[in-house]
Amino acid sequence: MRILVVEDDRDVAGFVVKGLREAGHTVEHVDNGRDGLFLAASETFDAIILDRMLPGGVDGVRLLETLRAQQITTSVLFLSALSGVDDRVRGLRAGGDDYLTKPFAFSELLARVEALSRRGRAEVPATKLAVADLEVDLLSRTVKRSGQKIDLQPREFRLLEFLARHAGQVVTRTMLLEGVWDYHFDPQTNVIDVHVSRLRQKVDKPFGSALIHTVRNAGYMLRAE
Amino acid sequence: MPGARFWRSASIRLAALYAILFAVSAGAMTGVLWWSTSHLLNQTVDSAIVTDARALSVYWANGGEAEMSQAINDRMLGDIDDVSIYLLADDAYHPKIGNLLAWPPGVDRTDVYYEFPIARAGQRSVVRVRYWDLPNGYHLLIGRDVQARAQLRDVLASSLAWGLLLLVGLGTVGGVLVRVVLARMLANVSVTARAIAAGDLSRRVKLSKRGDEFDELAVTINDMLDRISRLMDGVLQVSNAIAHDLRTPITRARARLEDANRDDASVESLRSAIDRATSDLDGAVAVFQALLRIAEIESGARRSAFATIDLVPVLTDLAELYEAVADESGKKFKLTLPPLSGRAHSAQATLTTYGDRDMIQQALANLLDNALKYSPPGASVELRAARDGTDVRIDVIDQGPGMSDADMKRATERFFRAEAARNSPGSGLGLALVQAVALLHGRDLALSHGNPGLVATLRLPRAKLVVGEDGAAQPNAPQAKAAHV
Repeated sequence: MRILVVEDDRDVAGFVVKGLREAGHTVEHVDNGRDGLFLAASETFDAIILDRMLPGGVDGVRLLETLRAQQITTSVLFLSALSGVDDRVRGLRAGGDDYLTKPFAFSELLARVEALSRRGRAEVPATKLAVADLEVDLLSRTVKRSGQKIDLQPREFRLLEFLARHAGQVVTRTMLLEGVWDYHFDPQTNVIDVHVSRLRQKVDKPFGSALIHTVRNAGYMLRAE
Repeated sequence: MPGARFWRSASIRLAALYAILFAVSAGAMTGVLWWSTSHLLNQTVDSAIVTDARALSVYWANGGEAEMSQAINDRMLGDIDDVSIYLLADDAYHPKIGNLLAWPPGVDRTDVYYEFPIARAGQRSVVRVRYWDLPNGYHLLIGRDVQARAQLRDVLASSLAWGLLLLVGLGTVGGVLVRVVLARMLANVSVTARAIAAGDLSRRVKLSKRGDEFDELAVTINDMLDRISRLMDGVLQVSNAIAHDLRTPITRARARLEDANRDDASVESLRSAIDRATSDLDGAVAVFQALLRIAEIESGARRSAFATIDLVPVLTDLAELYEAVADESGKKFKLTLPPLSGRAHSAQATLTTYGDRDMIQQALANLLDNALKYSPPGASVELRAARDGTDVRIDVIDQGPGMSDADMKRATERFFRAEAARNSPGSGLGLALVQAVALLHGRDLALSHGNPGLVATLRLPRAKLVVGEDGAAQPNAPQAKAAHV
């Protein structure tokens, strides 16, 4: 992926850029809003990581609004110290695709940025998702593995669908909580782990090989072995 | 300038205003009294003069000048009070008979009454007269002494003047007295206010036990001071708690990192130290996040995001989320919703409130987290919702160790943790957030004994789902009770 990082804090930017490069992405970095706007408007990126508060007269929200006004639809992830519910809403309303508050775990940032790349592509509405011998039929809302039907509760289906849509990518617990349950807070207990473990009982256990993998310190990933 | 200072006193201004008001009204009253009395007196005098003139003219018709002179003489002799004036004069205005020595100058019209001062029997007096023309060029002047009326006017005028003088005197004394009394009553308040301003928050305004307006003011001020000092205590307590609860994880992280920095540390031990330090810092961040969230809720800013929402799907989703957790740890979970409403077209029970869905979800999640955390294996946790008057009542019931009465009272304070809970993970902010959410919705969180365990009752305002003409649900906001935060 080609990613633009607009972040004025040198340490945070360095940490993000290094991490993204190690994960195999091409990264451009600017430290102010004006350069960010210029680069985002003149070159093509798969995703932009954008700080809210930026020097140079153009803050993150203004930058994004200007981009969207020019019909540039590059996926944007806000990275901000502003953590209020209203701040988040304002960011998403300005055209942001995702919002992550500082401080953050790099694994969370990486997972979210990689998830954005899918969203950015002009998706033909898929009716079927397939991972190895697992088939998720989105129309009839049925799941088969090795041709064998698996009975899932509605919520389990949505959990599996979310994992399948991001097959091969890391999906964090927070992403699952937001994407599957639409909850925007972190419960104290490990609710997500419990639900994933239940899903495993049905999708993985009877078939001997695991498709749902735990990624240490990050989350989960659905992939063929 | 002492003058300016004098007028700056509210009591002096009040007294002066009162005196002016009183003087004006007393003056007006006296004026009206004077006007109506003198008018009445004049009318009496005038009609007496006219009657006299008619009677005398009869004498002239009967016997001419001689007869009239005789009649006038009789009348003057019979006038014991000496108030009547008569003068019969010839065509050259030379007096013929009467008790005036000469025709008064200026009296030359027959259709008006004249008033002028004269000296009679050595005394100054005022008379009111009118004259008539008689045949042969004779003139008859009849009048009455109106000194009595003038005396009445003088009495009224002088009593008004003395009254005003008295008024100014009494007003001044009264003003000074009021000033002294006011100053004494307000001194109580200003002394207290000054002490508070100087930092002594324990001072209160003294009550006089009279229950007057000043006592009412004092009670109001004292209530305000109580609230301020509670808030100050809260701030102090939170600052201390922040210092403690954030210092602990940061200290731990620091110690781990410093320990890992020793020369003989292996790569594995370094990694593990860094991981644990990171998770300590994450804990500190979570505390920050929770504090900010509570502050955000308490500021009331979230009220702009209120909408009419059905709690049934909210509760069902949460129950589904936590049932799995309960199951995993060998606990039972039960969701109880109110019975289906009788209407045929609503296939589902509705439980509507007007509020913020995210906040309500988070509040309930906190209660369920707690209930599951403190329940022993095998115990059951119940999430129960019901309509209760104008409220929606949501109970979270566990069979854990419960809480003592003293702990219950303090459970919603920020960072408060019951002694029994000290050793389990948690920030002590969960219930504070639930309470903040309840207050945001104009209701509250109540804790009670479950025998065994704890019952946490969150109340939310009930809203009716009004179906508009377009079939869309219209929010029908209930009267929100004032939220105390």
